[in-house]
Amino acid sequence: MEQQFDLTIIWAGIIGFGLMMYVLMDGFDLGQGILFPFAPDEKARDTMMNSVAPVWDGNETWLVLGGAGLLAAFPLVYSIFLPALYIGVFLLLAGLIFRGVAFEFRFKAKTSKHLWSWSFAVGSTVAAFAQGAVVGAYIQGFETEGFVYSGGALDWLTPFTVITGLGLVAGYALLGSTWLIMKTEGAVQDWAYKITPRLLAGLLSVFTIVCIYTPFIDETVKTRWFDNISIIWILPALALYCSFVVLRSVKKRQDGMPFVASMGIFLFSYLGLLVSKWPYIVPPNFTIYDAASSYNSQLFLLLGFLFVIPIVLAYTSWTYWVFRGKVKEGGYH
Amino acid sequence: MELDPLILSRIQFAFVVCFHAIFPVFTIGLASTIAGFETLHFKTGNPIWQKLSKFWIQVFAVVFGIGVVSGIVMSFQFGTNWSNFSYATANFLGPVLSYEVITAFFLEAAFLGVLLFGRDKVPQGVHLFAAIMVASGTFISSFWILSANSLMQTPDGLELINGMYYVKSWSDALFTPSFGYRFLHMALASFLTAALVVAGVSAWFIIQKRELEANKKALSVAMWFLLVLAPAQTIVGDFHGLNTLKHQPMKVAAMEGNWETSTGVPLLLFAIPDKEAQMNHFEVKIPKLASYVLTHDWDGEVPGLKEVPKEEQPLVFVVFWSFRIMVALGLLMIMFAVWGLVLRPKGRMYESTVFLNGLRLMSVAPFIAVLAGWVVTESGRAPWLIYGQMTHAQGLTPSLTGGMALFTLIGYVVVYSLVFSSGIYYLLKVFRGGLEKANAPHEMDEIERPSRPFSAAHVAIDGDA
Repeated sequence: MEQQFDLTIIWAGIIGFGLMMYVLMDGFDLGQGILFPFAPDEKARDTMMNSVAPVWDGNETWLVLGGAGLLAAFPLVYSIFLPALYIGVFLLLAGLIFRGVAFEFRFKAKTSKHLWSWSFAVGSTVAAFAQGAVVGAYIQGFETEGFVYSGGALDWLTPFTVITGLGLVAGYALLGSTWLIMKTEGAVQDWAYKITPRLLAGLLSVFTIVCIYTPFIDETVKTRWFDNISIIWILPALALYCSFVVLRSVKKRQDGMPFVASMGIFLFSYLGLLVSKWPYIVPPNFTIYDAASSYNSQLFLLLGFLFVIPIVLAYTSWTYWVFRGKVKEGGYH
Repeated sequence: MELDPLILSRIQFAFVVCFHAIFPVFTIGLASTIAGFETLHFKTGNPIWQKLSKFWIQVFAVVFGIGVVSGIVMSFQFGTNWSNFSYATANFLGPVLSYEVITAFFLEAAFLGVLLFGRDKVPQGVHLFAAIMVASGTFISSFWILSANSLMQTPDGLELINGMYYVKSWSDALFTPSFGYRFLHMALASFLTAALVVAGVSAWFIIQKRELEANKKALSVAMWFLLVLAPAQTIVGDFHGLNTLKHQPMKVAAMEGNWETSTGVPLLLFAIPDKEAQMNHFEVKIPKLASYVLTHDWDGEVPGLKEVPKEEQPLVFVVFWSFRIMVALGLLMIMFAVWGLVLRPKGRMYESTVFLNGLRLMSVAPFIAVLAGWVVTESGRAPWLIYGQMTHAQGLTPSLTGGMALFTLIGYVVVYSLVFSSGIYYLLKVFRGGLEKANAPHEMDEIERPSRPFSAAHVAIDGDA
């Protein structure tokens, strides 16, 4: 079939965009669960959960869409990542289920409320850790034979992936705390201001370790970084600048800027990761072109996406608009 | 004994699918029921329909809430346990599953909020429209899922090149030869499920003499539906069976417990099929009836399992008995529909406690029938994952070990048991609250929160509230 467009590039863009959307959006609501056990009191927990209740499952739809979209556009990624991360994927799903159910039941519970609080906290933390470990595993690469994964069940679990796992837990907690700064006031906001710098410090230490470690395990990254050193330093520099903005705005007690800057840290680190690995999508062996599905299938789905994704984005923005403003105690009434 | 990842993966998939399938089959039918109640209210202005709708919307919200959570797992199962299968079929399966997300989930998500919380905020017509859109969303979702499933049963429109399928014709692949029958059979099953649950719960309220006027109306409507749907399902099922005979003869042979290809085959009422011995024990049969049912000719030829080697035969015992459970429950449904018709004059339908209690029990029947039906069609396909083309063993994830599969199997059983028991417990509480609670002014504001499906139900999960 004659290929008029490079659909594979377009799809890499769509999937990359979808993943970023997922990380930013589910990140701050997973962050509420991670911070849950450390919240000052039960009332603060109610407020935290209320601040994300109207939007969290819309956020999680991006994950389902990402999974299905990955199968449609890059089946090789789907069929190597999922078996390689088998146990991690299970932990991720179990975590998401517990926390999803907790969202429903905690609001309805009186005597058993603390059980659902734990379910929410543990589920969110496990899900965030598993996602962070996936990022680490992607940097490490996968052992493949032909087009199938040939490594063991726990190959993904290395000291490096534990660090990236903890890093994402800290990162989501940061998104969560800056979200709270933006969405709450009073005692909860004071608490969020207080913990934000510590979470940032945790995230930055992981960031440093990853930056030092990565070129040592991956030749491609090493070459890319040191051959293009005059350009490539921009992305980590921007991420660091955003960290500085978080600190400064927390000090000035601005309430929107910390969240925006935290998203900036994620965005530039993510772009940095993509630039380092491009065009490898299943490192170290396969590029996006090796992993792509057929032109016909990519085109068939693209037509649907072009039509629907703008509507989904519009609907999502509308939901956020409806629930704009600060959360008062007792929800949005 | 060595743990077999293949068997464990099949058990795991069956477990997750069966658990999940209960929810959509109920929500599809219930969404249409609610849309029906809303339409009746819109047209007649009779507040009874609104009362009923308010109660069943609460039930819908809870079932939907749990169904969504259990559904996330499904989209990742293909990749974790059946990576060879997902890779080979990705050109078809990927777009189909993605289209389900963007067409159906989007529609449901957008209008669910209006249906659950918008009654006083939007005009009545808009609210009705939302109810219809949610119902449509559930059907669009089942369209994509059954299309994917039908392709595994009766593959068409694909071309296999170097271990990967390519779509030659999207219309052939989406509408394979068995798709229409499967879709209709499933749609009727969903309506039957809703009709029987509404009938059973209403019967229970009538026995307790609660909200008699509304519940009698609901029971009456449900019984009319049952009277039409149950026989219609038998007819559709028969056509579906003929289609299966044409495209998947070994599945039909297993359903009939028929070993030798022959003419004038009897219908077995009872038998213990023995795959090892390649024969049945303790047969109780009606001569020539299977031939008549399947070929509409008393001496028609029916294929037997021995046409293929033993390892290509499905699990005969499981398929044979699941099929009988499904058919028996279907006949029981017809019996209840006729019984209701006989009792209808002079309102005896609302007074016979035997009948009403029978209906209470029957509200579980459609769920068992649906699960049995899925076992027939899925297990009957074995050993083929894609009928005649790819076996379960070929589709399995190569790196998967028995230990890994066992670990996640136990994990899912534990997680789902917790979710399911909490969900059922809560659902029963909503049932106990009845129409009274659903229509009461919002007295429980402190445990209500916006936008979550469960918020539509004004019942606490613990304490007596």
